[in-house]
Amino acid sequence: MSIGLVTAAYIVAAILFILSLGGLSNQEKAKRAVWYGIIGMALAVVATVFGPGAASLWLVVPLVVIGGVIGAYVAGRVEMTQMPELVAALHSFVGLAAVFIGLNADIELTRVLGMEAAGRATLEGFSALLASKDSVEISILKVEVFLGIFIGAVTFTGSVVAYGKLAGRINSKALTLPFRHQINLLALAVAIILGVMYFNGAGIWTLILMTIIAGAIGWHLIMAIGGADMPVVVSMLNSYSGWAAAAIGFTLGNDLLIVTGALVGSSGAILSYIMCRAMNRNFISVILGGFGGPQGEAQEIEGEQIAIDSDGVAAALNDADSIIIVPGYGMAVAQAQSSVSELTRRLRAKGKNVRFGIHPVAGRLPGHMNVLLAEAKVPYDIVLEMDEINDDFPETDVVIVIGSNDIVNPAAQEDPNSPIAGMPVLEVWKAKQVFVSKRGQGTGYSGIENPLFYKENTRMFYGDAKASLDELLPKID
Amino acid sequence: MKIGAPKEIFEGEARVAMTPESALQLQKLGHSCAIEAGAGALAGFADADYAAAGVEVITGAAALFAASDIVVKVRAPSEAEVAMLRKDQTLISFFTPAANGDLMEQARAQGANVIAMDMVPRISRAQKMDALSSMANIAGYRAVIEAGNNFGRFFTGQVTAAGKVPPAKVLVVGAGVAGLAAIGTATSLGAIVRAFDVRPEVAEQIESMGAEFLFLDFEDNQDGAETGGYAKPSSPEFREAQLKLFREQAPEVDIVITTALIPNQEAPELWTPDMVAAMKPGSVIVDLAAERGGNCKLTVPDQKIVTENGVTIVGYTDFPSRMAAQASTLYSNNVRHMINDLTPGKDGVIVHNMEDDVIRGATVTHEGAITFPPPPPKIKAIAAAKPKAPEKTAEEKKAEEMAAMRKAGRQQIAMLAIGGALMLLIGTVAPVSFLQHFVVFALACFVGYHVIWNVAHSLHTPLMAVTNAISSIIILGALLQVGSGSVIVTILAAISILIASINIFGGFLVTRRMLAMFQKS
Repeated sequence: MSIGLVTAAYIVAAILFILSLGGLSNQEKAKRAVWYGIIGMALAVVATVFGPGAASLWLVVPLVVIGGVIGAYVAGRVEMTQMPELVAALHSFVGLAAVFIGLNADIELTRVLGMEAAGRATLEGFSALLASKDSVEISILKVEVFLGIFIGAVTFTGSVVAYGKLAGRINSKALTLPFRHQINLLALAVAIILGVMYFNGAGIWTLILMTIIAGAIGWHLIMAIGGADMPVVVSMLNSYSGWAAAAIGFTLGNDLLIVTGALVGSSGAILSYIMCRAMNRNFISVILGGFGGPQGEAQEIEGEQIAIDSDGVAAALNDADSIIIVPGYGMAVAQAQSSVSELTRRLRAKGKNVRFGIHPVAGRLPGHMNVLLAEAKVPYDIVLEMDEINDDFPETDVVIVIGSNDIVNPAAQEDPNSPIAGMPVLEVWKAKQVFVSKRGQGTGYSGIENPLFYKENTRMFYGDAKASLDELLPKID
Repeated sequence: MKIGAPKEIFEGEARVAMTPESALQLQKLGHSCAIEAGAGALAGFADADYAAAGVEVITGAAALFAASDIVVKVRAPSEAEVAMLRKDQTLISFFTPAANGDLMEQARAQGANVIAMDMVPRISRAQKMDALSSMANIAGYRAVIEAGNNFGRFFTGQVTAAGKVPPAKVLVVGAGVAGLAAIGTATSLGAIVRAFDVRPEVAEQIESMGAEFLFLDFEDNQDGAETGGYAKPSSPEFREAQLKLFREQAPEVDIVITTALIPNQEAPELWTPDMVAAMKPGSVIVDLAAERGGNCKLTVPDQKIVTENGVTIVGYTDFPSRMAAQASTLYSNNVRHMINDLTPGKDGVIVHNMEDDVIRGATVTHEGAITFPPPPPKIKAIAAAKPKAPEKTAEEKKAEEMAAMRKAGRQQIAMLAIGGALMLLIGTVAPVSFLQHFVVFALACFVGYHVIWNVAHSLHTPLMAVTNAISSIIILGALLQVGSGSVIVTILAAISILIASINIFGGFLVTRRMLAMFQKS
């Protein structure tokens, strides 16, 4: 294939990627959108493989096939509740690939620069491109390599930590080392110094050292972010992996990489922004980790948590006309989505108005609850987001809160000293009756006391969400 | 203790203070029960039913009074009935102590304890004994049914082959329990319902029942919380404004249900004769305040009249009694709850605890002393309304919006200026080949920005999976490098190809799996 053909294929691929993202504006179009993405990717890969300067097929095809089989196996086996982990793990691959490709670029550059003019003329593809660069272009190339590796390394270790936290292999509590901001700054400064040395020709060891330092920064950054902020972290890492791809695109002079990297990068950045806004958190303070700032005394909570058994809940549900279910991470942990779906089906069969209220940060990544409910075949037109449903709570007979805590915490509105003060929450307490399905009396993930549990119209339905719901189901008649 | 319910002697009264069901509950508290023969007949409870529930059937009121330790009744007792009370006997019934001072004095002189069901304080704990509410609920329902009975048309609008029927327009004045019940009933019959109340805080309740709240824009709105949830008399200016509002409604509405009462006072006149005159022929007025003079002065208590211009005015005062079975069930439950509180040990021993807010509030004579009026309850019925922040006027809002817009505009211009300056700076040093790529990069960021904002909220997880899959486009870099002459480069590139392909396949397949699950009902 000539360069012209390859470039044409790249343009088509870029357009397909844009259409693919744009197609996600609604559920019906979304299925087509994925095909756009797949075709674009296939086109780009095939064009590159058959284009000038690429490797022989006998090396590439087996690798792609092996990778494909592993990918397909993982994708087919993963439980929908493990989606956040999977996405985080996949991000780390992109980061790692960016590091390798960046290092390669430097090795190639050194090799090409060391060649005689005669030898250069025989080079093909990427090497030929390097050979044609003048000195200014080479220093820019070095900056690009540096950036690509730096972002790639941060993405890699960050994603690994995020994966560990989401999969429960690393304690999800925020790790707050003393002077953590200073440590990060110092590491960054060292990395920049190494970068400067690299520009001045200090050799590849500076790059490798910088990679290690960047990796440490990524590890430390994500370790310092508490579990409740994980949705932001995952989308932030998504953004990083895009920027890493874009930086590598600059290094290789490949427009498709640049376009795609920029698309992914801005997508992740916007998602993070949406998440932060939904939690009323400052983006910077989330990234730097931990709940920042001094706080006053939180308000004392009066009253007691009153428990109820499944008979009581069933009686209330049988009497209710309108019901809103507010799922949270607890539902995902207990794998209770199919029981929730069955409950919904039964209640709807009795002519009751059942809807779902989804907070933007419910679960551990954006849209987590929607995916779980969709998996359990809950029709998506009764799944509403916070702004759509918040006004309806006063007219609702029964609200069932399944494994969510902070997103229904009235303290966000009532207590200015609460750590989550000002965060938009689902106003479930305005309903006539609220049942909270919850494992026990603890404060849960964020460690913030929830006055909802003490309200007069709240009853606590203790127990594992799935077990409780399964006990409840036969009593709905 | 023996609890006895006599037959109501008031003319036309069909209710009874004990049902077979409530008797069973009372026996569980350790009491025994007695009923006067025939007491429940009008409410549909035969003596045999009572006997089957273990209630002793006694003939004659005097015998029943003599046999009982506690007498439960519906209507306030007559003088003859009070005369039958003895020392330390307890009477539980409606009493209206403010109006029945003589009776109260007579009961005190005889040493009887009287608990007035209409004096139960309005606090959450006492709701289960709030007989006024349960009776008002029935009255409100029945008022709509009576209105419908006298109204010659449908409540609901219909379009039929024989012509179009407009829906009835119902106006409910006073949104207490009765008013709200009336609103609910009329709405469910399909009428268009409007409602008015002097307490603006009930607007929400009115709207929650499906009616439209007639808003009266008047400064001196009262806070119902101060008076335990009841209305209080309003100023003459307010009354004028209110009447003006009603006068506008009069020609439009088909049915008017007035429920406005102020505790211990004559009912306020809200529906004046000129409003009645303005109404369409065939319209119906149901005056639930008839017993205390009526909200409409044309109302004749206990009668249904038709005015000269064909407006029917229903002035019945016995709505609960007209639904005796239902009313008796609810009232007997209220009484049963009261006795439940009087029997803390559930062992048939009455403890008349004057420290208890509810019992204290309802007791009007106790151990030879008159204990009316009671001290104010320790707990307020309704939390006082919080002062609201002043509403911003339209101009202020507009000005704020303008200011925000200008600020956003300034910010955008500043960003553009800074961005432009940065670009120029890069342009002075960077070679053309770099800038060409940079143009592509900047445009792609913009496209991404605009595309992503349109993504549906529920699709954020698929979006993340898809962008993740797409970001493995980085495989292109590895593909270009893998053919290099250097061994280490080839190895690193090969690893990159491997892991990037895991990402491609994994990412897209997971996205497809996710999207396949989204379905419409």
